[in-house]
Amino acid sequence: MSTTTDASSIPEAGAAERRPRSGGPAGTDAAKPRKGGRELLASLPWIGPALILIFGVVLFPAVVMFYNSTRDISISGLDKGSVGFDNYIEVFTFPYFWPIFGRTIVWVVVVVAATVVISLGLAQILNKAFPGRRIVRLAVIIPWAASVVMTTMVVYYGLEPYFGIINKFLVDVGLIATPEGYGWTRNPETAFAWSIVVAVFVSLPFTTYTILAGLATVPGDVLEAAKMDGAGPVRTYFNVVLPQLRGALSVAVLINIINVFNSLPILKVMTGSIPGYDADTIMTMIFKYIQNQHKVDVASALSVVAFLIVIVIVAVYVKVVKPMKEV
Amino acid sequence: MAVTAPAFETIPAPATSARKRRYTEDQVPFGKVLVRMVAGLIVLLVFILPYVIMFFGSVKTKAQIRSVDPTYFPTEWHWENYINMWSTPETPLVQNLISTIIISVFATLLVLLVAMPAAYYTARMQFPGRMVFLFLVIVTQMLQPAVLTSGLFRQFVTLGMIDTWAAMIFINAAFNLSFAVWIMHSFFAGIPKEVDEAAQIDGAGRLTVLFRINLPLVWPGIVTAIVFTFVACWNEFAASLVILSTAGNQPLSVALTKFVGQYETSWHYVFGVSIVAIIPVVILFMIIEKRLVGGLTAGSVK
Repeated sequence: MSTTTDASSIPEAGAAERRPRSGGPAGTDAAKPRKGGRELLASLPWIGPALILIFGVVLFPAVVMFYNSTRDISISGLDKGSVGFDNYIEVFTFPYFWPIFGRTIVWVVVVVAATVVISLGLAQILNKAFPGRRIVRLAVIIPWAASVVMTTMVVYYGLEPYFGIINKFLVDVGLIATPEGYGWTRNPETAFAWSIVVAVFVSLPFTTYTILAGLATVPGDVLEAAKMDGAGPVRTYFNVVLPQLRGALSVAVLINIINVFNSLPILKVMTGSIPGYDADTIMTMIFKYIQNQHKVDVASALSVVAFLIVIVIVAVYVKVVKPMKEV
Repeated sequence: MAVTAPAFETIPAPATSARKRRYTEDQVPFGKVLVRMVAGLIVLLVFILPYVIMFFGSVKTKAQIRSVDPTYFPTEWHWENYINMWSTPETPLVQNLISTIIISVFATLLVLLVAMPAAYYTARMQFPGRMVFLFLVIVTQMLQPAVLTSGLFRQFVTLGMIDTWAAMIFINAAFNLSFAVWIMHSFFAGIPKEVDEAAQIDGAGRLTVLFRINLPLVWPGIVTAIVFTFVACWNEFAASLVILSTAGNQPLSVALTKFVGQYETSWHYVFGVSIVAIIPVVILFMIIEKRLVGGLTAGSVK
């Protein structure tokens, strides 16, 4: 079907591609508009399905969400007309909103900061040659591949009073007085703190591997030069290695910020059965609006707030990391 | 190069890349290697610990795992848990496993079918809108279902597809598409264009070039895309939680959360199912270990 159109467009497209790379785009501008339409049409069979999926299941739901955030939707799902910004007013005047907002910032900042610091150390260990390194590297992958829900559940069980194994360990080493435990998963503060621990744990593999990839780009002769200049390992690390990791770290930090901000399962498992809103982040609150209160309209308004935050982070990502530069 | 050659031979695994050699340029003293091994062992233990607890728990009886004086190691090995757990009353686990498999397999196939042509074309051809398309891909790669769930929920209610596998297949495919396009794009772009041109001079059409000439060369990229997509779909939680309401339709990730907060949680079954669900994806990730980073941050870490 498309072979005839393809055949005719190949030589032109091939020629058009070579010019911008070597000579810069200025020279080709004159020739482009005339063929533009036809080339775009020829590309559709190839990129069309991807466009349909992206527009239909990613961008259109975003539009639906923006629209719904200004509607009054009943519990049964009936659209009862426009309410302007009432849903946003409900979101922002909810007495727990600002604590939740603040907790979201704490959640993201603490998890990402701790993840990056620990990963820098882990990467140093995994970057050194020693027998068995490959096995250690493979073990580090496990929390990355494993379901976050399942990893969180084993920690939740471990913290249970009396029979939880982490709780028992803490009793055995004398950190807790009685096997009744501290009620780790019953109090919002402690459950939230343990959620941070789990979130850091599952974020370590990706971050460590990204830093390892960054370490591989540190030129050996630069390290040698630093050594010859008499720099100790600490000084070499902070003055030579760390600056070289800038690219890898910015990728790791930004992707982690997005992942941690969007994270639902850890808090859902660890704090989901605690009544009230003292351990919620924006993301868990959205799901409480949808699932517990059946307020899709208010959930949409809060989702729009979250969406705008994500878009800002993505914009920073595109600006700082410049993922388009190699296209 | 010649100076470093002797030290190179002391590395146990023949890691050939010149960059990896730099920490072993001098003969590393035995004490230092020992310290590294101890540090490595500690890292290993920390990372497998939750999954060891999971495994030990999965072979205990309910009485043992809920005992007020629990043992760290199982005193008896109740392998029959791995059979009995599938008929636990909390949730239809067999159906949940089937759901997980069907959604993950079909979403991965859909991603391949849609991403491969797009990746090939954008890597090979220059056309107006190419940069816009790739920019769109980058931006959607950063979006996750969680933040769009309320929109997705309403959309699939309107389409009459709420609580269906099809909805989750489309959602999983759409949100993992960008990554697959991106990684395959970088692999296609790595093949010299002369290869294609030579084939075309010999009279091969675009599709023949794609399947016969390029595909064998970009196979590692495709495997990476398949593994990442499959594992992401396998573990997806947020959208499934809202879209799939019937117990039998839900994947394991959602079904298992029902055990939390129950009066007497059957933790031994939760862990047995978790072990069964985790092992295949961990193996998949280990297979592509070398490309894990290049995968997720395709193009951005140099």
